[in-house]
Amino acid sequence: MHVPNGFIDAPVSVGAGLVAAAGVAVALRGARRELDDRTAPLAGLTAAFVFAAQMLNFPVASGTSGHLLGGALAAILVGPYTGVLCVSVVLLVQALLFADGGVSALGVNIVLMAIVTVLAGYGLFRGLLKVLPKNRAAVTGASFAAALVSVPASAAAFTLIYALGGTADVPIGGLATAMLGVHVLIGIGEALITAVTVSSVLRVRPDLVYGARELIGRPELRVQAPVPAQA
Amino acid sequence: MGAGHVHRLYLDRASPVHRLPPHCKLVAVLAFVLLVVATPRERMWAFAAYAVLLAAVAAVARIPFGTVVRRTAIEVPFVAFALLMPFVATGEKTTVLGLWLSESGLWSAWDILAKGTLGVVASILLAATTEPRLLLLGLDRLRMPQLLTQIATFMLRYGDVVAAELGRMRVARASRGFEARDVRATGVLAKSVGALFLRSYERGERVHLAMVSRGYDGRMPLLDDVGATAGQWSAAALLPAAALLVAAGAWMGI
Repeated sequence: MHVPNGFIDAPVSVGAGLVAAAGVAVALRGARRELDDRTAPLAGLTAAFVFAAQMLNFPVASGTSGHLLGGALAAILVGPYTGVLCVSVVLLVQALLFADGGVSALGVNIVLMAIVTVLAGYGLFRGLLKVLPKNRAAVTGASFAAALVSVPASAAAFTLIYALGGTADVPIGGLATAMLGVHVLIGIGEALITAVTVSSVLRVRPDLVYGARELIGRPELRVQAPVPAQA
Repeated sequence: MGAGHVHRLYLDRASPVHRLPPHCKLVAVLAFVLLVVATPRERMWAFAAYAVLLAAVAAVARIPFGTVVRRTAIEVPFVAFALLMPFVATGEKTTVLGLWLSESGLWSAWDILAKGTLGVVASILLAATTEPRLLLLGLDRLRMPQLLTQIATFMLRYGDVVAAELGRMRVARASRGFEARDVRATGVLAKSVGALFLRSYERGERVHLAMVSRGYDGRMPLLDDVGATAGQWSAAALLPAAALLVAAGAWMGI
């Protein structure tokens, strides 16, 4: 859910815009390191992927469904800097073209959904991989944990921004409890989708999972004698 | 694939608003939205005035009213949130239609609805009067880092391709008898997401190679430049200038 205009007051919106601009500037430098001159097409196509993946609805139970947010997934698949860029560009296009999320709240949305999710998710992911054994199950488990934490982390950051510049006097303690409660549930869904997605990419192109690229090499080509068909 | 390259959100009309350079419109919308957000919520007349300003822009741009209203559906989740406000906010309580509601919560709900809706309508008008390609060109003119506008350009250009890929996967799943009923479908759907990522990323690799073989060196050639004259800037400034008058009136407590 994107923060619209008028939800956060003007000074805090502008402040968040500055933080977002700084974060995106750092990500731009980092992405050039991750992808060099391939940055624009690859990050662009990944952004298109995140955008399309958000349109896929996952049924939860009778009638309700949720969709992917994709911050942690993008960071694990293409790297943290490129991940921040992809999600930021998706948010920019959504705000300008689809009126989804306010133009004045774009900074807030980038901070919450691109920067915080990637920092929390990817940070935890790399931390876990340091202590876990180096195999596919561990990478899948770490992706689950990363996505699970990234969503409530974003909700906590929202509560913080709301405490600074919220326009309604909702008790902050209550808001924090409600936001975290709901977003832990959303996080479980996000974690499930992220983990299965990462695991399925690992099976086919392990070299494309940026977060685990040095753990798992390319599968070696095995040549076998053809098995005669059973009649 | 055979469809036109005009985005479905863009409404092609011959109007002064359509002809304005994109960066002028971007600055105007941003200034307008910031002024709306900074307006004290107690001045209800100010928001009515803002709505009239937007209606005037829509009329000049010949964007049908119904189209704008239909597209505001995007803010439905927030309307739900706003309607909750009077029940959860603290502060003095009043009785409205027999319901025991928080007074400040009512104000907040009004605040979110009014400012949110005005912002949504402003963005809808921007997208309806400006081709997406030109919007990105406008961002470029406003000194947004080139790499960022390039990524956004690729995202727009291939967004429909990737979405169509997702659609074909859905058809493929459905024709094999798959139906997403509950949480047990996650495995299948998430594998589709994984496959979609691989196809998108590998398409990106091919696009990059195709670009390199045509002389790409990290910068995109500028095909059409959109300069703005002083006259165009002042035409675009009409909306935020009028909004500034309204906002100034609201701050001074009329």
